[in-house]
Amino acid sequence: MTAGRPIGGGRRLSLTWIGVIPFFAYIGLFLLLPTAIVVAGAFLDKNGNPTFAEIQTTLSQGYVARAYLNSLLLSLVSAVVGAIAGAILAYAIVLGNPQGLLRRVVTSVAGVLAQFGGVTLAFAFIATIGGAGFMTVFLQDHGIDIYPNGIWLYELPGLVLVYLYFQIPLMVLVFLPALDGIRPQWREATESLGGNGWHYWRYVAGPLLFPAFLGATLLLFANAFSAYATAAALINQGNPIVPLAIGNLIQSEVGLSDPGQAKALALGMVVIVAIVMVSYAILQRRTARWLQ
Amino acid sequence: MSRRNRMRTQVLRVIALVVFGLFFLTPIAAMFEFSTRGNGLNAARTWVAWTSILTYPDLTDAIKASLALAAITSVAMLLLLLPTMVWVRLRIPAIKATIEFICLLPLTIPAIVLIVGLSPIYYWIALNVSDNILTLAFGYVILVLPYAYRSLDAGLSSIDVKTLTEAARSLGASWPAVMWRIIVPNIPVAILNALLLSVALVLGEYTFANLLNYTNLQVAIALLGRANAGVSISTAVASLLFAFILLMVISFVGRRRAPSLTAAATDPQYLTAGQRT
Repeated sequence: MTAGRPIGGGRRLSLTWIGVIPFFAYIGLFLLLPTAIVVAGAFLDKNGNPTFAEIQTTLSQGYVARAYLNSLLLSLVSAVVGAIAGAILAYAIVLGNPQGLLRRVVTSVAGVLAQFGGVTLAFAFIATIGGAGFMTVFLQDHGIDIYPNGIWLYELPGLVLVYLYFQIPLMVLVFLPALDGIRPQWREATESLGGNGWHYWRYVAGPLLFPAFLGATLLLFANAFSAYATAAALINQGNPIVPLAIGNLIQSEVGLSDPGQAKALALGMVVIVAIVMVSYAILQRRTARWLQ
Repeated sequence: MSRRNRMRTQVLRVIALVVFGLFFLTPIAAMFEFSTRGNGLNAARTWVAWTSILTYPDLTDAIKASLALAAITSVAMLLLLLPTMVWVRLRIPAIKATIEFICLLPLTIPAIVLIVGLSPIYYWIALNVSDNILTLAFGYVILVLPYAYRSLDAGLSSIDVKTLTEAARSLGASWPAVMWRIIVPNIPVAILNALLLSVALVLGEYTFANLLNYTNLQVAIALLGRANAGVSISTAVASLLFAFILLMVISFVGRRRAPSLTAAATDPQYLTAGQRT
């Protein structure tokens, strides 16, 4: 088809590549360079000599270990709870009419809420269960105190609850296609072979859906682990989780006194997210083989 | 399934849907409730927090800045991405996977990590070019890249870019004319999606602006929250509603036009450029 085109023409070749120069220049400057600055910066001292000292001093600080532990815990709990709740919601939708209004509305709303976060989300929960929130006041009037031991909304348990607000919709979006892949005939086949509901879930649907479920959970984990805006709007002081610790370091280093520390913390995040996302991609490929 | 089982499943299903519905609606409703509270315990409902949004100069400046950023970001994204994607499809298909990988990269690199690397670059830009809030658009183009790429890629995959372009070129059209008069009119839905997603994302952006010390809409809302919770929450609801409408438009337009796009991909009759309105 392209026989008429000169293949080795030097001018033609260079002209071809000129077309993608703006894109690569932009990406290089605003995506690849910042990433390189983070990775390289974690291994450089103030004078630009290679060192492991930045990472060592960062790791030796007590708050760093605690922040990572908190971040991992927050991401794990919000991912597992979000995945289970989201899977239940997705299943409740799949049971209905695939062309129905309910499904269309829920998927559209889930698409919006999965992107929902930051200041508005934090305020929504402050208005709901903050000290003067709608639910708090309502429940107090009926003799229920949701804060017997102080307000937990601005601590880790509060973050888990708030994160579920975008984790569950994300799970619905990711898990619906997997549930759609399950054929009703498989259930009928199980029943005609004498199996009951338990057998069907234990030996047919369960094993088929499990890789998809696990993959989706990993995606939710990475999603929670990377989130900054919601936590920053909710929590005004302290470094309870890694993104907030990094944010505080950036904002406080007016004279860029110790930029290496923020980079070392950021590098840790990159490594963890990369591991999670690669596992997700592998599981995704496995899932795709079964559920077409 | 037996009849009893089916009944039980239906009951559980309705209960689950109601519980989830309450979980997702309550915070939104609570924001409305909170933003219409009067001063004092038994004060009457009031719309003051809503009507006074535009009387806060910090807030109106931030709204203007965020709208300008949304416009600049979406146009810049389109100018950068669409010609590149078309060019790669036509001339260097070997690097299509690379482009896709790069464009989806911001999904896996957390924004908070990106900003650590971007802050020295912005420090340099502020010193040597400009410290205007609109420079945030440089970073925002990166943030919207994955969403814009997916949308445009779906659009370009649904038309025969190669045939359309070769036809136009053989009739003497220049490259800009091919882009503007052939490609763009053939993927209106994909372009609209990419634009609206970018606008929604920029209007909701907080991380970059906050950490680079610029006051965009979300940062202004957060700051105002400490002084006047009612107004900040009413503004938050307003911006949420705006984003919600944008995204609803996407899902509505996308559904209505999707069949004609697939028809265009398979039916040669539809390939005549510019015939569909």
